[in-house]
Amino acid sequence: MRNIITVKDMCLWYGEHQALKNVNIEIPEKSITAFIGPSGCGKSTFLKSLNRMNDLIPGVKITGELRYEGADIYAKGVDVNNLRKEIGMVFQKPNPFPMSVYDNVAYGPRTHGISNKLQLDEIVEKALRDAAIWDELKDRLKKNALGLSGGQQQRLCIARALAVQPRILLMDEPTSALDPISTSRIEELVMELKEEYTIVMVTHNMQQAVRVSDYTAFFLLGELVEFGKTDDIFSQPKDKRTEDYITGRFG
Amino acid sequence: MFLMMGLIAVGCVLLITVYLLISGVPAICEIGPINFLFGTKWASTAAEPKYGILPFVLTSIYGTAGAILLGVPIGFMSAVYLSKLASPRLKSVMQSAVSLLAGIPSVVYGLVGMLVLVPGIRKLFNVPDGASLFAAIIVLAIMILPSIIKMSVTALDAVPKEYEDASLALGARPIETYFRVSVPAAKSGIAAAVVLGVGRAIGEAMAVMMVAGNVPNMPDSLFQSVRFLTTAVSSEMAYSSGLQRQALFSIALVLFVFIMLINAVLNFLLKREKE
Amino acid sequence: MPHQSLSRKRKNYEALMKVLMLLSVGITAALVLFLLIYVLVKGVPNITWELLSTSPSYLTERIGILPDILNTLYILLLSLLIVLPLGVGAAIYLSEYASNKKLLALIEYAAETLSGIPSIIYGLVGMLLFSNSMGTCLMAGALTLVIMNLPTIMRATQESLKTVPQSYREGAFGLGAGKWRVVRTVVLPGCVDGVITGCILAAGRILGESAALLFTAGFAHTVLSFPLGMKSPGATLTVALYVYAKEQGEFGVAFAIAAILMFMTILINFAATIVQNRFEKRKSL
Repeated sequence: MRNIITVKDMCLWYGEHQALKNVNIEIPEKSITAFIGPSGCGKSTFLKSLNRMNDLIPGVKITGELRYEGADIYAKGVDVNNLRKEIGMVFQKPNPFPMSVYDNVAYGPRTHGISNKLQLDEIVEKALRDAAIWDELKDRLKKNALGLSGGQQQRLCIARALAVQPRILLMDEPTSALDPISTSRIEELVMELKEEYTIVMVTHNMQQAVRVSDYTAFFLLGELVEFGKTDDIFSQPKDKRTEDYITGRFG
Repeated sequence: MFLMMGLIAVGCVLLITVYLLISGVPAICEIGPINFLFGTKWASTAAEPKYGILPFVLTSIYGTAGAILLGVPIGFMSAVYLSKLASPRLKSVMQSAVSLLAGIPSVVYGLVGMLVLVPGIRKLFNVPDGASLFAAIIVLAIMILPSIIKMSVTALDAVPKEYEDASLALGARPIETYFRVSVPAAKSGIAAAVVLGVGRAIGEAMAVMMVAGNVPNMPDSLFQSVRFLTTAVSSEMAYSSGLQRQALFSIALVLFVFIMLINAVLNFLLKREKE
Repeated sequence: MPHQSLSRKRKNYEALMKVLMLLSVGITAALVLFLLIYVLVKGVPNITWELLSTSPSYLTERIGILPDILNTLYILLLSLLIVLPLGVGAAIYLSEYASNKKLLALIEYAAETLSGIPSIIYGLVGMLLFSNSMGTCLMAGALTLVIMNLPTIMRATQESLKTVPQSYREGAFGLGAGKWRVVRTVVLPGCVDGVITGCILAAGRILGESAALLFTAGFAHTVLSFPLGMKSPGATLTVALYVYAKEQGEFGVAFAIAAILMFMTILINFAATIVQNRFEKRKSL
């Protein structure tokens, strides 16, 4: 399988504090990769460097090499906005804009210059269908998105991210704020989405990583301890620390 | 005892309303509501006095609209910059500056307007007298600026960062994000800021009295000397008597009705903002 | 290359917005600077000891603003003295005693309304309410300002009462203290910050007020004694500024007063910032 993201010797500092140490990873295309590890291990930070959302935090310094489709993500002259269009993101807490369902999904395409109503309608419908929420919301497109349930909001956010036709979807603990039923619906959705998209998700929940992901990366104290097929990581971890973590000895 | 103190505010509102009604309604009845509200001529001291306040009403509306037209874009744009782009240092310096602007007494605005704006307008536009609707609009625009900036900044600061993150993650530029996500999210608060500005502009008396020329003309042109509802009350109060005096109270009643309407809108918007 | 033209369009939009924002901030900053410098440059040279320490006299054609300064102080003190207990009491009622939701909403709505009424209307009602019975005098002016500033004090006190932790009250009640005792020993000391903030804000409004005083306190420029003089008319600094500028064309004196008012505004803003910062610090503790 082809690798869509390759990272070599990447380090990241918040001011004086080093949050990531020499991370090396290759993420395969059209698969689901899960990042696991205890809180503060750097997995979210790493996720956010992949579409440069860390740029927004003052004092962040990054060294090493991060490549998307062979091109350096942090090279001078990279259009961050186009990068983020290609590498979309879904956040921990559902964060729909305080606008209608339709406007939420249409926000991205509009930002990138699509103003034709018919074309927008089509994109919105496809995105909502892909996010498996079209049937629930097709009669409520003009309603304010803040009126939806938490699970619906999160699927709407996924639809919003899909509407700009990204190749990769970064998900930062997308189910941690949701109830078990909403969580399982999002998990099903994510497994369907890997037909078309590459998915990288941070999760606190090891069962979720086992259920959903093809590959798993275990982070600890800013280091990528182990990366490999999910089945291998959970059945025969190579590193003692990984074993300790997945058997529940700490974390 | 505390209940009594709590009720004082209610009592004051009632007292103000009742007093204005008692002293304002008789003249309206005597002059006739239509003649009073839509009469185009005010000549209270003529041998055959005329009490039409349409010139004042229109002047107040035009003056307020002009001040909003001028002050809101500047205030709004400043607020977005201060809330989203400015460094913390610049933001705090500008916030003190804006507070200062808010604290300057209106007579000081009037004085500076009289000596800078009025002659300036006369020379720049080559009109016989610079004391005009235009001068009043500029002074009012400056006076409403601090309320608009302060309230808009508060509303914009309260927009959750998650909204902005989501927009950036979709590939929107920061400034696009601020105007297309943050501003719509803060729209009730910003609208309340504008309404508050309307209230302040329509109620301002002293500064306007000093720069508007204070002649009861219909506001046909920007450079005409005009009289506002507020100044109509204060300019004749000192020497008025009889029906003339009563008519002045009626003007105050009309102004009060305007203000109550604006307050109702403001309250509605603020309540929505809270939700 | 439609993509490139699109990204140029977006860049132009961004640049345009940025220019507009900077322009607006620039205009605002320039306005403040201009007003400050203009008033001080025109006013400060006219502030002399004689101006500050004498009364005006038509005989010697002398202009002095001592009475105006004193009147301003009298009105300030009188209004604060009366409005403080009323406003604080109302706030305590609202946050500690009120149980009827409808009444609470009514009182809050009334306070909102009061803060929206323009000062010229206060002036008019003050004239009808107070000046018609006690004559145009400082007391009538001060009473008018009391109504005007009631919501300011109420709001500031209420805000700070909200920050008194519920557990303090529960703790005191748990020891068997009565309602009044709890209010006196736990709640009131907790809202001192708010009362001070409210006082400063109200003082700013009172110093700058003119329209409400024109017909209630009058225009006289004689030195009045306390407390008997409160029954006589007198102009405050703002009213004096208006009279000197508009009716007498004495712009030098007007600017001197304007500069003094400007100093006071700066001072009050400064004080308000300090108090608010301390207030916030205590809240975060």
